[in-house]
Amino acid sequence: MSDIEQIPVTVTVNGKKVQRFVEPRTLLIHFLREELNLTGPHIGCETSHCGACTIEMDGMSVKSCTMFAAQANGAELTTIEGMANPDGTLSALQEGFRQMHGLQCGYCTPGMITRAHTLLKENPNPTEEEIRMGIAGNLCRCTGYQNIVKAIQYAADQLNQPETQEAAE
Amino acid sequence: MIPGEFTYHRPSSVAEAVAILVSHGDEARPLSGGHSLIPMMKLRMAAPEHLVDLGGIADLKGISEDGGTITIGCMTTQHELIGSDLLADKLPIVRETSLLIADPQIRYMGTLGGNVANGDPGNDMPGLMQCLNATYVLTGPDGDRDVAARDFYEAAYFTALAPEEILTAVKIPVPPAGHGYAYEKLKRKVGDYATAAAAVVLTMNGGTVSSCSVALTNVADTPLYAADASTILTGSTLDDATVKNAVAAAEAITDPASDGRGPAEYRTKMAGIMMQRALARAAERASA
Repeated sequence: MSDIEQIPVTVTVNGKKVQRFVEPRTLLIHFLREELNLTGPHIGCETSHCGACTIEMDGMSVKSCTMFAAQANGAELTTIEGMANPDGTLSALQEGFRQMHGLQCGYCTPGMITRAHTLLKENPNPTEEEIRMGIAGNLCRCTGYQNIVKAIQYAADQLNQPETQEAAE
Repeated sequence: MIPGEFTYHRPSSVAEAVAILVSHGDEARPLSGGHSLIPMMKLRMAAPEHLVDLGGIADLKGISEDGGTITIGCMTTQHELIGSDLLADKLPIVRETSLLIADPQIRYMGTLGGNVANGDPGNDMPGLMQCLNATYVLTGPDGDRDVAARDFYEAAYFTALAPEEILTAVKIPVPPAGHGYAYEKLKRKVGDYATAAAAVVLTMNGGTVSSCSVALTNVADTPLYAADASTILTGSTLDDATVKNAVAAAEAITDPASDGRGPAEYRTKMAGIMMQRALARAAERASA
């Protein structure tokens, strides 16, 4: 047992406030997966390259493998587990990935969707280039990105239709 | 990859942060965005016993202008630099450079202060700050001292920053309205460090260069301010012969490593090419 004191970390994850006592060196990805049992965010490269661990923190996309849980203290976090619509149906992005075949093995998908979620909040009507630059921090080794771009375009189109806007919010 | 153990500190003022650094000396490290330090800690190449998270100090964020100088707090993120209207108006080269750093996720977290203070020769902001002749404000137990970006870097990861000091702000003299600028970066893929990169800021007057500043990234142990090249270009019309001379002068001060980004000779040549492209684009953007 280490003699380093455990510290409290309080975060709101997918709308629910939680507190755990952890070692200061606990990375946010381990906090989510091991303390909170949220295994949607994946551990891919562990070197800040691949983006499989991407979550949303206070409106920013962050790589949770390159942050200490302590740095997120007080923050609002959204993981892939918080992406579906409140009634449990798939969000426009999730539906887009399904309709457009935006995934094959699925390993990068939680990071891709959470990243795209923040991207569309900042830029609801992105060009193809803006989408490609916007997901530059997320690697996919299956799809060649083509269908991921289409999935995000599908979601943008859905969210930009006035009648569906309410449902998406 | 799990970092070594440390005690976590989250001070709410610079004075408190400095006091923690003073009491732990070499065993303490300040943490800003963490996208250089945390990967090093995960690899156990850095193992601070005390980590001083600057994220709770509100004063360290922000971009302001006062009398021809733009001051940027060290905790200002790349994302905030990219979104700043003031910088877009007065110092657009900062945005251009930020957009070439890493990827969106990292730019939300990575800070200007962390990028310039770490002393990693691969970082892009140090070369840009040398090009802009910026000054770093180092805050320690005896108050503030200013060090020019051009004098700050000693070797890879060795800088003028003392263990009990924090690089709290960067002060940049605003270049004249109508200046031309460009940051050209050759990289193997999005998110990579530069194989070679060059920053150019210049002003033109009737087809003649009235002032010029060139700096290079990741082609030596430190960023390089290309003083001779800058002098050669000033007063010229950017004719081919002068540009060739200036490029040769810049290439002469490089000393890159041979690594996965290519052999040293190649990286030196690429520094010259990046400089030429940056010069051409800066000249195009400058008002005559």
